[in-house]
Amino acid sequence: MKIIKTEEITNLVERLSIEANCILSTDIYNGLKENLKHEKSKLGCQVLGTLIENADIAQAEMAPICQDTGMTVVFLTIGQDVHFEGEFLEDAINEGVRRGYEKGYLRKSVVKDPLDRVNTNDNTPAIIHYEFVKGDRFQITVAPKGFGSENMSGLKMLKPSQGVEGIKNFILETVSNAGANPCPPVIVGVGIGGTMEKAALLSKKALLVPVGEHNPDPKIAELETELLTQINNLGIGPAGFGGSTTALSVNILTYATHIAGLPVSVNLGCHVTRHASQIITE
Amino acid sequence: MEENDKMEITTPLLERDIAGLKAGDMIYVSGVVYTARDAAHKRMCEQLAKGEKMPFDFDGAVVYYAGPCPPKPGKPIGSVGPTTSGRMDLYSPVLIQAGLKAMIGKGLRSKEVVDAIVKYGGVYFAAIGGAAALMGKKVVSAEVIAYDELGTEAVRRLVVKQLPVIVAIDRQGNNLYE
Repeated sequence: MKIIKTEEITNLVERLSIEANCILSTDIYNGLKENLKHEKSKLGCQVLGTLIENADIAQAEMAPICQDTGMTVVFLTIGQDVHFEGEFLEDAINEGVRRGYEKGYLRKSVVKDPLDRVNTNDNTPAIIHYEFVKGDRFQITVAPKGFGSENMSGLKMLKPSQGVEGIKNFILETVSNAGANPCPPVIVGVGIGGTMEKAALLSKKALLVPVGEHNPDPKIAELETELLTQINNLGIGPAGFGGSTTALSVNILTYATHIAGLPVSVNLGCHVTRHASQIITE
Repeated sequence: MEENDKMEITTPLLERDIAGLKAGDMIYVSGVVYTARDAAHKRMCEQLAKGEKMPFDFDGAVVYYAGPCPPKPGKPIGSVGPTTSGRMDLYSPVLIQAGLKAMIGKGLRSKEVVDAIVKYGGVYFAAIGGAAALMGKKVVSAEVIAYDELGTEAVRRLVVKQLPVIVAIDRQGNNLYE
């Protein structure tokens, strides 16, 4: 049995909240540089160049890459042989968010009630997803989600008869309707199958898959590649000013589903798509 | 963006400053701009409807749709890039009618906003969404002038030097996004 003090988790969430917001992940940074070589629009190239320069400034000064430092989404992978000691796990995570957003000079963007809309002033509560696995593994991923892209995401319960064509059409339609709003070049996270909420969660998790990596299932990997090409042919371009770089990556995750259903969720991530992870080994 | 071949305009803006701008032009904005997002727009429109004094003089003003990060010690402001403009579409026409000359944000605007731009004289600039650390460095000073309790959504008076933007909807209603 592995014992983890929840105080340690608070410290981790604090640090990862700051890192995720100030240091652009290497895969996205490299994706921007790679696309700069191929972007067909002059203005598009200038935008990509500006985004790279912005990421360099942010990392050098440990300043947020974007002012929208997101609603803090936390993914926990917990081995069933792990035991937590100390404060209640959820409280420990929220305390980490509170400290990280204060110490990192990050924006507090969360309102307590969706209708009353009064800011909690510390960016809590976080959205926390727990997944239990065998053994004593413990991994934490902090993925603060900006809402320019979150607002342009969508979910549809397709009919099984609509098949792959229906899936492709819905994904293309979602990205096309989003236009400049989600801050392209975007990361397109797709969840197919499961139930409604399972598809949504898969699409969020798909945003964590590194740019350039593909689904291990060859037919899904092929679909990712095909969709990326089709999305980049939409012409939306960097910042929506036109061009051939509309998405850096399309990542699809799937799950078993019901005989009557074909849920598809598209979660759009901006060109920052923040995430930082840590595994506690000992 | 490139440092050369760009025009610079200084606020407050007059009709002659914006009349010749064309959708797609890259320009620098310098001078005073006011930040305001959804919550501040809602309040400003309510005050305007009641005939109350507005937080700033709208005549020739520039509004920047942005909610900044808190400043680090010794800095005027934190990262400050544009938010999605479409959320302000409901409020913008009446503010343009009241004298607002330019808006800085990102993304599409409604037909009503384009119509108000053409009818009353205005311009919509797009800034690069997400390039917020870079934009924060263009801010010389910042102070909250209204709705302090809204936190990041308060109205701030920023003095900016060469804030890089692109003309998205020009005085004639031409649209870069189309």
